[in-house]
Amino acid sequence: MPDPLIDLREVTKTYEEGPPALDEVSLAVHPGEAVAVLGPSGSGKSTLLNLIAGLDRPTAGSVTVDGVRVNGLSERASAKFRRASVGMVFQFFHLLDDLNVADNILLPAQLAGMPRAEARDRAAELLGHLGIARHTRAYPGRLSGGERQRVAVARALMNRPKLLLADEPTGALDTASGADVQALLRDLNADGQTIVLVTHDMALAAGCATRTVELLDGRVARDVPTAVAS
Amino acid sequence: MSALGKVVRAGVGRRRLQSLVMALTALISVAAAVLAIGLIETSRAPFDRAFGRQQGAHLTAEFDGSKATEAQLRATADTAGVAAAAGPYRVASVRVRMPQMPAGDEGPALTVAGRADRAPDVDRVDLAKGRWAKAAGEIVLDQDAAAVVPIGTKVRAGDVELEVVGIAKSAGRSADAWMVPAQLAELDQGRAPAYQMLYRLDDAGSRADISRGRAAVAGALPAKAVTGTQSYLTVKQDVDSEAAVYVPFLTAFAVIGLGLSVLVVAVVVSGAVTAATRRIGVLKALGFTPVQVGRAYVAQAVLPAVVGVVLGAVTANLLGALLTDEVAATYGVGTALIPLWVDLAVPAAVLALIAVTALVPALRAGRLRSTQALTVGRAPSPGRALLVRRLLGRLPVSRPVGLGLAHPFARPARTATLAAAVAFGALAVTFAVGLNSSLAAIQADRQRTSAGDVLVQSGPGGGPGEHVPAPGAEPQKPADPAKVAAAVRKAPGTKSYFGIARTEVRVPGATGRTTAIGYAGDARSGAYRMIDGRWFRGEGEVVVASRLLQAMDAEVGDTVTLTDKGRTVELRIVGEAFVLDDDGMAVVMDQADQRRLTPGTRSSEYHVTLRSGSDADAYVAAINDRFGSQGVHAVKGDSAGIRSSSIIAMQAMISLLAAMLVAVACLGVLNTVVLDTRERLHDLGVFKALGMSPRQTVSMVLVSVAAVGLVAGAPGTLLGVALHHWVTPEMGATAGTRLPDATIDVYDASLLALLAAGGLVIATLGALLPASWAAKSGTAKALRTE
Repeated sequence: MPDPLIDLREVTKTYEEGPPALDEVSLAVHPGEAVAVLGPSGSGKSTLLNLIAGLDRPTAGSVTVDGVRVNGLSERASAKFRRASVGMVFQFFHLLDDLNVADNILLPAQLAGMPRAEARDRAAELLGHLGIARHTRAYPGRLSGGERQRVAVARALMNRPKLLLADEPTGALDTASGADVQALLRDLNADGQTIVLVTHDMALAAGCATRTVELLDGRVARDVPTAVAS
Repeated sequence: MSALGKVVRAGVGRRRLQSLVMALTALISVAAAVLAIGLIETSRAPFDRAFGRQQGAHLTAEFDGSKATEAQLRATADTAGVAAAAGPYRVASVRVRMPQMPAGDEGPALTVAGRADRAPDVDRVDLAKGRWAKAAGEIVLDQDAAAVVPIGTKVRAGDVELEVVGIAKSAGRSADAWMVPAQLAELDQGRAPAYQMLYRLDDAGSRADISRGRAAVAGALPAKAVTGTQSYLTVKQDVDSEAAVYVPFLTAFAVIGLGLSVLVVAVVVSGAVTAATRRIGVLKALGFTPVQVGRAYVAQAVLPAVVGVVLGAVTANLLGALLTDEVAATYGVGTALIPLWVDLAVPAAVLALIAVTALVPALRAGRLRSTQALTVGRAPSPGRALLVRRLLGRLPVSRPVGLGLAHPFARPARTATLAAAVAFGALAVTFAVGLNSSLAAIQADRQRTSAGDVLVQSGPGGGPGEHVPAPGAEPQKPADPAKVAAAVRKAPGTKSYFGIARTEVRVPGATGRTTAIGYAGDARSGAYRMIDGRWFRGEGEVVVASRLLQAMDAEVGDTVTLTDKGRTVELRIVGEAFVLDDDGMAVVMDQADQRRLTPGTRSSEYHVTLRSGSDADAYVAAINDRFGSQGVHAVKGDSAGIRSSSIIAMQAMISLLAAMLVAVACLGVLNTVVLDTRERLHDLGVFKALGMSPRQTVSMVLVSVAAVGLVAGAPGTLLGVALHHWVTPEMGATAGTRLPDATIDVYDASLLALLAAGGLVIATLGALLPASWAAKSGTAKALRTE
């Protein structure tokens, strides 16, 4: 068994008021896995994702991703870590409306200082692979929800991250677009991409995850292979 | 509290920074405007009141008694345009020696009028102390000439002892002292009599009116009968100028402050409306009417402005009291407070302006439809000027810099207001730097008579470091001027030197005595700065101070006849000089001409340029050792000048106002960037989620503002130069003088480039805090922001 790509040990996250959002959660995700994190609202799913991405810091415990102790990083190092190791996809896409599709996708590479030609080639490759090449010069406002999420996935994969994090990736999509994104994630995982996705959607989890983790009140209530969960 | 009141209070509370900025801009604009208008009123009022009460003379004229008889002079009262007249009174220049003056000092030359009647139809002189002169041996001194002389003091005019029986004040400054006509005739024995007439004119509102009156009177008399005249406008200008010289630049700062106020209020209120569009939708959904919503947003601007306006008025009154005390004391009107109407009208006008400015975006808020307001921001919008932004994005710079450069094009209106705030700041800095440079140049010109490495002064009224005998010690024996001159000439360290002598002469067009400054030797390094014409080249030529030239109604090229004790010299006016000595009433000439008028005149000060390598301290010590006990003292040139307290006060006030305006401009930038950062919080979260580092975030925000600052700095600087070139001559005009070009042309190319870069500095300073806030903003929280 290879070393885990994600290794959370007794992670607790407490906000100013109320019970802990995460309470001594331990979790290991290995390369090539597609893990769906399920749970009701307020169960700590998004907090878990933010901690893995280094967007937030745990109150206690440790978060290690790709051998990097994420919770010990400075803001600057955290930004570099995300550029190199993590791609993120969000429920509301979070595309920049004033940049066209190509520029949105190029952004992570430009921030990382990737050579221009290499970045352009990679963007073209992703645009073709994800079936959105015809929208290269379009602005996000003109695309359908499914197309926007494809752009978001392309942007997340731009720097060839080892880990793709997806937060409710189909939450804002209609059924057809949701199915489209589900298939995309499944294909990516089939190609070896490690994915952690947070969702309410059991069908999405069943359709593209190899493993299901269920959170309840900040604790891991269940951690089983997806086939068992469904 | 009503629902509307709660909404307003919550709005002000949520926008503390914006409220502070609005209060500050209102404070500055009101303080400067109240001070400017208040000073105009305050400085004008005491003179106008006193002059009106005394039926002061619009025109004071002096006549040669050998060319016109008393009857002819009396008849000029019937000249067309003359409303009333008093006189003729015998008049003479008399040296009056006060008891405390050192031996050898004959005292100042005072214009003394022989006048039995204190309150004729014209110039009803006020008595501050004592009584009017009734008999020979009595003298009444003008308050300006002898403010601290006690009644009963014995003074001497030559061999005649006189008792000071009264202290009086003539608003029109018709004379420095008065006595009964017989006493004056005795003092003035042996000279051709001179007479004074005091006229009130039908039309006396302008210099042209006074010139017409003067011409009419002169035309009614034999040629050359008029030897000198004085316009009440000159006196008024002299009295007002101390405070009035502040008015042009205070007015300019008030206008800049008002401009910034309007801009900041517009930015803040429209920003508040934009940022709270959804809140407005909620308010309207809850039942607020459009009028109530509009009122809420106007009130959110007006409330902090009221605080600023009140504080501004208080500040102006405190500063105004300091500046007008002297004017008030001169006319005995107690503290010259800024008039109440100014304190009420100016703040009210500024508040109204702010309310109107706030009304436009507030009305927009009121008209928003609830559904439109509630859904705003949910639909993605690419923004504006996409092509420009795309092109900028292709520049060979890092992506954060490219994004920063492109950002100003996304919100052109906001960028324009940001640019305007920066331009106002750059304008204020440029204007202030220019004014302070001009004042520094004026200060340097004031000290031109201390040119050279060493200044050697002899005679009474020395200067800094003067040897003062101990009380009870024998009076000083004055040094022989020839020996002092020889010592300077022969001193081994002397490379070159020139001497200056000061005497008093009469000049047509100016009543009383005028200072004549006579130069001997190589005077090039001590030449006053020229406004027009050139420096005199030798005998027969004279340079006239700008203010005196105006009073004389003469110009370069004219011939002027100078008079002293019956001797006259005709000189050609070859230049108009910037001379501030003796209130700018001076003529500058060759000492040879001066001696033709006043025989025996010798230099009383020497300006010495030392040979290279000479020790100035040793030179000074040698002169002081030899002549120190004989009333001669030497000082190094750089310590001889006295800095004008008025100029220092003006420089301090200009710097303070400019600093405040720059602070407000920076706050305006900060306010705009905060607003922008809040709106872009979500995008910033996305950038950070994609790996943008804090440094990249800061550079992106700073570049977006710095580019605007760089562009806006240039026009702001040019406007500042234009304003300076307009205001500085106005300040000179209020002080009664034209200014040399060198005093106005203070900006060189390198300074202009530096000032233009000031826009960049203002923009960067203003954006620094919000940029660091943007870098520190929580990414996870930002991503949840819609």
